Amino acid sequence: MNAQDTTAPLLSVRGLSVRFRMRGGGQVEAVSGASFDLAPGSCLALVGESGCGKSVLASALLGLLPGNAETAGTAHLAGRTPDEPAVELLTASEQQLARTIRGRRVGLVPQSPAAHLTPVRTVRAQLEETVRELTGRRGTRSALRAAAEAAAERAAFPLDHLDRYPHQLSGGLAQRAASALALVGDARLLLADEPTTGLDRDLVERTVDALRRHADDGRALLMITHDLAAAERIADRVAVMYAGRLVELADATDFFGARGPRHPYARGLLDALPDRGFTPIPGLPPELGALPAGCAFAARCDRATDRCTTLPALSGGVACHHPVGEPATAGALVKEPGRARTA
Amino acid sequence: MLELRDITAGYERKQPVVSGVSLTVGVGESVGLLGPSGCGKSTLARVAALLHRPEGGMVVMDGETVRAWRHRAPRELRTAFGVIFQQPRLSADPRLKLADLIAEPLRATGRRTEAAASVAQWAPAVGLTADLLARRPHEVSDGQLQRACLARALVLSPRWLICDEMTAMLDASTTAALVQAVEDYRARTGAGLLAVGHDRTLLERWCDRTVRWSELREATGQAGLPDPAR
Repeated sequence: MNAQDTTAPLLSVRGLSVRFRMRGGGQVEAVSGASFDLAPGSCLALVGESGCGKSVLASALLGLLPGNAETAGTAHLAGRTPDEPAVELLTASEQQLARTIRGRRVGLVPQSPAAHLTPVRTVRAQLEETVRELTGRRGTRSALRAAAEAAAERAAFPLDHLDRYPHQLSGGLAQRAASALALVGDARLLLADEPTTGLDRDLVERTVDALRRHADDGRALLMITHDLAAAERIADRVAVMYAGRLVELADATDFFGARGPRHPYARGLLDALPDRGFTPIPGLPPELGALPAGCAFAARCDRATDRCTTLPALSGGVACHHPVGEPATAGALVKEPGRARTA
Repeated sequence: MLELRDITAGYERKQPVVSGVSLTVGVGESVGLLGPSGCGKSTLARVAALLHRPEGGMVVMDGETVRAWRHRAPRELRTAFGVIFQQPRLSADPRLKLADLIAEPLRATGRRTEAAASVAQWAPAVGLTADLLARRPHEVSDGQLQRACLARALVLSPRWLICDEMTAMLDASTTAALVQAVEDYRARTGAGLLAVGHDRTLLERWCDRTVRWSELREATGQAGLPDPAR
């Protein structure tokens, strides 16, 4: 792969595939051959239509796939200290994941926070429980209370709302409560799965800026989103997923800037934005259970030719036989070291 | 014309979510209502769609004052509105195949015999293919399910469409496709539209006119309610 980051990656994913065995012998190819690196202090936005396999990828990294899933490939989480050895996420045991990984080394900012929170308990109770479980901090009642309030403050959750139940929170506050829970364990890798769904633009920007700050604090952030404006605001790099495959991996400034995306699908996605063309990509994405042999986008693509009946490999940051613009040089994907971002 | 006059509405006594708000949508007009999360815009949309009875104020539709809401509303008023909600999963019966989901309003109004023809007409209009129509909600994506919910809203040929954050869960391409389907319907039928949302860029591109929630409140001279999101 590319030497994308000057710092060693915290997460290295190589050839990650997820298959679901279905009743009746069929299988759904939810993720196929995904490879990427993620360094501390950086943010990769994984974008694509709903149902393209983005969330399955995140679930695979956390070992949260259902029983009929089969994974292939590797997802290497680098170690930092003797207490935190390097670990292979796809083959780690459930016990190891539950006791040492989830919440502690990999935090999840979930989609639909209202569903993620326990409806019958207050935000304070849930934060205190998480602090107790993840930090092993027993101590006094007041120490626990202070730690929970500190966690709430880190996610900008207002302290006077801590005694509310999830149904009494607005979407934005529920999102902040879920973020606060994700940050309690001080995980170095954060997975944010559609963290801005259903929030208004103002709250999207605040949520995204808060996540960006967590990345700037040295965490690695993988943000899964269909919101391209949010991705533009937060990401150093963009990965575009279509029908379970990464079809483009690009520097965010190139992707959203003058050069633009190189994969026709990614172009179509950007051109559908209301401040751009506002024109939909024709047709529907293919079924993940019945993918064509060649490029999965060919049926919707105006650049498709006979060559597209063979599967294009991801090379030079794009998986397309007829990418837009000149082929990228190797240098085009190298992130400038220490590039400061103002989100 | 759809007139909301001095509407006060909420869910608990003496805690109105919407207080003294007025808004008018002209015949065939599309109005975008912009506001932050939790401001009460969805409640106003529900009042307009006759799904929530206000505590005060009037809803006047084409000169006729609405006197009853929800199941008490006369059928010809109720079916004059097509409503599309933000979350298709919460507004679709998980047991129904998409074809049945789309035909549900027909069955509910005693027009069961038209179901097959109507589904065949509306499914392509919202970009749904035949194989998807035989599936249940858990077997399709959010975008596909929202397409079915839009077809369901159009199947009785409503004169008014109320879109409450219709595209908030959807990607850019599906958003553009659904908006195009709504606009095709409006171009053909002259239906009016109240689109509620928080995406200024989207609503300004989509609608004839956009109104900010804060302007509505100022225009009606109401003191601001505390905003729970801030």
